[in-house]
Amino acid sequence: MAGHASKQIDGKTLWGGKISPFSASYGKLMMWFFLVSDALTFGGLLVAYGYARYSYQGMWPIGEETFEALPLLGNGYPLAYVALMTFILIISSVTMVLAVEAGHRMDKKGVVKWMLWTIIGGFFFLGSQAWEWGHFIHGTEFGKVKLSDGSSAIVKGEFGHIESFEVITPGAHSPAQGELITNENIHKSEKDLMHAFQHAAVTGNLSGTSATDLIITLHDGTVAKVNRKADENLELLIKEAGTKYAVSLPSDVSTRVAGDEAEALYYEALTQGKVIYGANLSENEYGPSQYGQFFFFITGFHGFHVFSGVIINIIIFFGVLKGIYHARGHYEMVEKTGLYWHFVDLVWVFVFTFFYLI
Amino acid sequence: MERDDIIEYSLDAHHSEEQGVTIRKKIWKVTLILSIITAVEVLLGAFIKQGSDLWLTVKVSFIIMTIFKAAYIVMVFMHLGDERKALKWVILLPYTIFILYLMFIGLTEGNAVGLKM
Repeated sequence: MAGHASKQIDGKTLWGGKISPFSASYGKLMMWFFLVSDALTFGGLLVAYGYARYSYQGMWPIGEETFEALPLLGNGYPLAYVALMTFILIISSVTMVLAVEAGHRMDKKGVVKWMLWTIIGGFFFLGSQAWEWGHFIHGTEFGKVKLSDGSSAIVKGEFGHIESFEVITPGAHSPAQGELITNENIHKSEKDLMHAFQHAAVTGNLSGTSATDLIITLHDGTVAKVNRKADENLELLIKEAGTKYAVSLPSDVSTRVAGDEAEALYYEALTQGKVIYGANLSENEYGPSQYGQFFFFITGFHGFHVFSGVIINIIIFFGVLKGIYHARGHYEMVEKTGLYWHFVDLVWVFVFTFFYLI
Repeated sequence: MERDDIIEYSLDAHHSEEQGVTIRKKIWKVTLILSIITAVEVLLGAFIKQGSDLWLTVKVSFIIMTIFKAAYIVMVFMHLGDERKALKWVILLPYTIFILYLMFIGLTEGNAVGLKM
């Protein structure tokens, strides 16, 4: 909201050449130029993502299939968490613009209040992103499996809860034969039942012929039977075609593999160690390895911007508290950090659309 | 010496309490618009599956809604709408030209590579 009064400019605010290009101060113009160059970086990243996605066609993961978990509530809420993150960032952008507005009225109390809310919003966003990264890295209970025909599939449904391991051959740290290993008495090197189960599956220490008849070998050599509830609604969504199965269409549920066939295929793969849980930089359970790399790089680079934005906001916040800008007669510093903060929101709007929605 | 080549200067962007009321009203209006657009996007994304007959329409509307959101953020929150016209073009035009070209070339080439895989 530029002022509309004609006003003579004092020598201090004029640039070296005794003129102000575009009637903007040096700092503000440079902030804009920086933001344009930063926007080119993000634009380049998103276009690179589009390039990879177009070259992989139907094998690329789909946002609402990948991001459907909520803290405490579990799975089945497509895009809800990202929507919440988007909303948090939009609101913190609003509180920032209100801080700028208060600055235009030389209302120091208002600037303090709204900047504080902005900083809190920034921390909330960072926290949400940390949770999302944790969830992405940790992965689902089913993971992604490579089927016997060479295709690979992600899995939907309710994973049957693991209740205990029934010892068949005792190992160094296990109870006697016939006794149960539960989450209470499991050796700490195994963390918990689920962790032990997934670790055994990946390392090929899980054997058996069906979902109800799985034998696990633990670190200490213990051999045990896995006692667990039955899976519910297990479905395989084929992501890479093999000799028998074609890629499942997201719009057509009948192209998924379901029922007993899905269960047999899944446990066959699991007992052969052909499973990937979660994500790292070389492989992930959601899709091609580039997908995970782009996720970490794009959301990480954006998160890094949010983090530095919060730090800059905190520095300016203390400047406001000390009254530095009030003494100057204007709150342009708040306006400039505001520009950066809004830019972070702007980038997220695009990441949200092109990474999560499309 | 009175200067006549500079009409306004953003450092003097102070406004009165009454002006503040109108400006804040506008801010809350934009907040509402942004929230509604986001909610619509999420609902469309969650309920219309990729590859269905409606998907192309939904995809295009996602892009249009995103551009609307971006325009509101840049023009109102970042005050670019209140800057001089020349500054607006200096910021928006080179970026738009470059990114449109990059998108065209990136997606076309991605498609071409995909067909060979």
